[in-house]
Amino acid sequence: MLLIHCPYCQEERPELEFRNMGEAHIERPKNIADISDEAFEAFFFIRSNPKGVTHERWRHVHGCARFFNAVRDTVSDRFVATYKSGEPRLEVERGEDGELLVKGARS
Amino acid sequence: MANTAHAHRIHPLEGRIAGSAGVRITPAAPAARVSLRAGPSDVKALSKALGLDLPLAPKTTSGALPGRLAAWLGPDEWLIIDEGGDPLADLGKAKVLHSAVDVSHRNTAILLSGAGARATLEAGCPQNLTDAVFPVGAASRTVLGKIEVVIIRTGDEDYRVECWRSFSTYAFELLSVGARDCLA
Repeated sequence: MLLIHCPYCQEERPELEFRNMGEAHIERPKNIADISDEAFEAFFFIRSNPKGVTHERWRHVHGCARFFNAVRDTVSDRFVATYKSGEPRLEVERGEDGELLVKGARS
Repeated sequence: MANTAHAHRIHPLEGRIAGSAGVRITPAAPAARVSLRAGPSDVKALSKALGLDLPLAPKTTSGALPGRLAAWLGPDEWLIIDEGGDPLADLGKAKVLHSAVDVSHRNTAILLSGAGARATLEAGCPQNLTDAVFPVGAASRTVLGKIEVVIIRTGDEDYRVECWRSFSTYAFELLSVGARDCLA
């Protein structure tokens, strides 16, 4: 079982307590009534679905019930980091050993 | 004059008892419960109204049962359990913005006590319940088998499992089977 670090509970919890809530950092256009159908489709339906690093929203639904963001590697299924919603997008980099780390964390 | 029928409320686990050599499983006494949600700036006033300090750290509780207990469920969410008092009326005295919902009849609780209590819970709960991270006084919303529960550690070998009333027979059966397998 995966252990996921919840930034609100400040500890690792079993994955059964969590639920994936789709791609993170998707901003709803402020002028939603004015945008074209194509722009609405891009905002509403089109998701990136990358192989490798992905930014996702997760919810600690059977815990503190909070939404937060996570950086995950879709190949290894490994969580690189989690951070509170509202915080800026966390950039990560792949080291020479193939491990993903938060940018600047490698010394 | 028409006859009046009086409905008698029956506890869903009335008269049930289970366990093994190492653990005793019993239904908890009826209690009032409130689901409380409020922002951080209103916590002080609500604590005063309730007569206990609402816990602010994850996985902690304040107060004790019998009496009144408040468990941290989330950064702005608490579960208040009270055997005897009326927490909803007390919260009504606080003049700050908050949401207090009476969930007394939604929830019921199961008590586990004995050396095998933790092992029994671990039969259905994936969370780490060891002393280092789940000491006496800790509380957490988590999963037990297929249902959501709130586990409160009330003593060294005592746990209170808060679950929804309609799921309580499932929880009781699951814990009974867990107790059979715990070799404490």
